[in-house]
Amino acid sequence: MTNEPDAANAGWFSDLDPEDLDAAEAEILRGSAEEPEDWPRIAVESGYADSEEEYYDRLHEATIHATRQEVRERERADDQQLIHAVRAMDDCERVANELAERAAEWAGSRFDDAELGIAGAREIAAREPDGDLERRVVSLSARAVDLADERDELSATVDRVAPAVAPNLADMAGPELAARLIALAGGLEPLAKKPSGTVQVLGAEDALFAHLSGRAPSPKHGIIYTHEFVRGTRPEDRGSAARALAGKLALAARADHYSGEYREVLHEDLRERMATIRARAASEEVNANE
Amino acid sequence: MSDPDLPVGVERRSFDGETRLATRGPPVYGEPTDGEWRAWGPERSKLGGMLELGFDAGLSGGETVLYLGAAAGTTVSHVADFAGPTYAVEFAPRPTRDLLDVAESRDRLFPLLKDARKPETYAHVVERDLDAIVQDVATRGQAAVATRNARFLADDGRLLLAVKARSEDVTADPDDVFADVLAELRGTYEVLETERLDRFHEDHLGVVATPK
Repeated sequence: MTNEPDAANAGWFSDLDPEDLDAAEAEILRGSAEEPEDWPRIAVESGYADSEEEYYDRLHEATIHATRQEVRERERADDQQLIHAVRAMDDCERVANELAERAAEWAGSRFDDAELGIAGAREIAAREPDGDLERRVVSLSARAVDLADERDELSATVDRVAPAVAPNLADMAGPELAARLIALAGGLEPLAKKPSGTVQVLGAEDALFAHLSGRAPSPKHGIIYTHEFVRGTRPEDRGSAARALAGKLALAARADHYSGEYREVLHEDLRERMATIRARAASEEVNANE
Repeated sequence: MSDPDLPVGVERRSFDGETRLATRGPPVYGEPTDGEWRAWGPERSKLGGMLELGFDAGLSGGETVLYLGAAAGTTVSHVADFAGPTYAVEFAPRPTRDLLDVAESRDRLFPLLKDARKPETYAHVVERDLDAIVQDVATRGQAAVATRNARFLADDGRLLLAVKARSEDVTADPDDVFADVLAELRGTYEVLETERLDRFHEDHLGVVATPK
């Protein structure tokens, strides 16, 4: 272990003017380090503070300021922002995959060992191009990789914003599914006004209309299929699981829209209901073995 | 009045004829107070429950602490009362708003709106060689959170962990969940003590561990 951290592992205070709270805010919120260090000692040695006590005083002021700004920003986020973020995320993913596919196909004609997918595009993008055509292949791959990275950033944003917009729904469904449900409904308020049967089949509109025109059985679930409670339940109980989950999701959306408070009891109820549904499989197994 | 098993700054005191744990600091959530002392309810706080049940937490007072899952700051306010510099990590904005009020009145409590699953997003702020990590996060992968945050802990530091069985798998038997979590923890930590917290917190396991 060296005494001085390298530049890639610097503390939040490095190169910071102690009077500049806004710069400190940006560093605390957006900075990162692979490993922690003895920051109070380093801060004193580098002259950021005269003593560790002074360092802690400044850290206190800076963390409170930064965290207050971030809380304000996150609480201001609304359902429409969340919808934009999740739709943009899907667009980036689709386009990134399309471009990566095109790039891989082209690269296969130029390089021997070109791999498919985003990972393959990442390898090609790191190459030193030889000549104009290869430069185009490498550049195209780099664009695909950038889009895939943007998709990951958007996903992280959805993870952050969804709990602020809809704490109950995000906790119950996970941030991504919560965002998709809100997007499919067109907003948190429209979602809160939907009956649970509609929530259950959101995202399965094609199947629903096929059913309504008499061509197909009724869909058991829409986008909520991605939830572990549905997908992880055996097929013959999935209808029950989807119905139970949709019921609680509808209540969660209403709690989020009309009160905004976290309601532990909603989540407890759902867990109990799921345990009951899944116990069916277990008890039938026991019966079958007897 | 002081108890040899409790950290300096934590005492058993009488509130309305009932003996309860207490720390000295500004009141936070409407808890009963007696002069500077304020009651620390074991049913509202997992760490309070662990101390009430007699866990050997290895705390003596004045420690440097990282608190993961600070929520609105109920427990972390008591920790900051008896500990030294205390870093409080919470992921959700709404409870963090309340945590900020708690931190305003405690000058060695540092609130951070961060994801405890991603320590690299706060390793540039939180120092290394900490005396203790207190972990109370209601998310799946609680052992992974403890493992990833081990980098902050001194070699003889303590992990004080409350495992919530329902956060891992609501349908599994809590005992199975606890066994899995402990097995994963043992990759990084030596587990010193475990006990169910059911008297105060249903389906929770208290764990004291130290880095291997």
